[in-house]
Amino acid sequence: MDPERHGDQVREERTTVVLSKEQARSRRTRSIAIALALGALVILFYAVTLVKGPAVLNRPL
Amino acid sequence: MSVVSKSGEAAYPIAGAAVAPRCEPSIATAGDYLALMKPRVMSLVVFTALVGMVIAPAHIHPVIGLAALVCISVGAGAAGALNMWYDADIDAVMTRTRSRPIPQGRIAPGEALAFGITLAGFAVAVMGLLVNWLAAALLAFTIAFYVLIYTMWLKRRTSQNIVIGGAAGAIPPMIGWVAATGGISLEPCLLFLIVFFWTPPHFWALSLTRVDDYSRAGLPMLPVVAGTEATKRQILLYCIALAAVAAAPWLLGYAGAVYGTTTLIAGALMIMLATRLRSERDGQRGRQAAQRLFGFSILYLFIVFAALLIEAGFSYHGP
Repeated sequence: MDPERHGDQVREERTTVVLSKEQARSRRTRSIAIALALGALVILFYAVTLVKGPAVLNRPL
Repeated sequence: MSVVSKSGEAAYPIAGAAVAPRCEPSIATAGDYLALMKPRVMSLVVFTALVGMVIAPAHIHPVIGLAALVCISVGAGAAGALNMWYDADIDAVMTRTRSRPIPQGRIAPGEALAFGITLAGFAVAVMGLLVNWLAAALLAFTIAFYVLIYTMWLKRRTSQNIVIGGAAGAIPPMIGWVAATGGISLEPCLLFLIVFFWTPPHFWALSLTRVDDYSRAGLPMLPVVAGTEATKRQILLYCIALAAVAAAPWLLGYAGAVYGTTTLIAGALMIMLATRLRSERDGQRGRQAAQRLFGFSILYLFIVFAALLIEAGFSYHGP
């Protein structure tokens, strides 16, 4: 392989997106919101499982 | 009548807002996604669904009830997000809606579409798995009706858009009832009719204060198409019908004296405000009268449903 081309390829692979402060802050709020939503769902599903007990799979129309 | 053409998501006339290029990382915050779900509409939907659930003559475990309310609110949010995705072009030219996340370029239309579809699927599936499948089917129907029938079909074509489309906002109390009982009877249908007849005077009062906005967006709202006088007459007629329908649960014996008294007084006030609106000429005073009716209509729905909730608190479960 041409060493010069190989170097270009490596440089290209190492190129990453650098987030601006606003983008990083927005991503952080989204990540926190997703974490909170998932946590709430875990608690809800756990509570429903306790309430329904073995009948959790019994789903009448 | 097709007033506004829909030519695809990329052709929005974004008003004074730069749309983020798709290759750029998103600048949307969690608050933008919350705004996409129309939280104020969600709160009214959840409240009416809660009342439907509480007055139902069957016990629902609080945890299951909470799960049902979460599904209803997420389903309503999904419908709101899909509505904003489809209506981004007209939202961009209306003063009231131009600061929404999509016209502002904070959320890409495709992201809103994916968000809405994901939430809708999640809400319906969880409602079916945790509560019951009839409630899930009603929830799916409500979301589909709001998005396909109201948003995509009626909204840009007929001045009766919010009359027919209002059915979507009237179903949540029925979903709450079905979540608790697993079936439908006359009482939830009466709750449906109350919200159904409440919707036109509520939205037409708002549209009277935003005629220029709707006109610029090309939306065939009643004041734009038929004029303000015809709209005021229709508002009055619907308020009279609303007062009669809202009294029905009491007249038929499904609700007690607290509800009966409350709904009669609130209905009389709605009719009084609608009469006053009709007697006012267009202009500043007419706009103020429309704003008063719009504001009171929100309070009206809350009062009427709260009266049912209070009676349920005294263990009233119908005849």
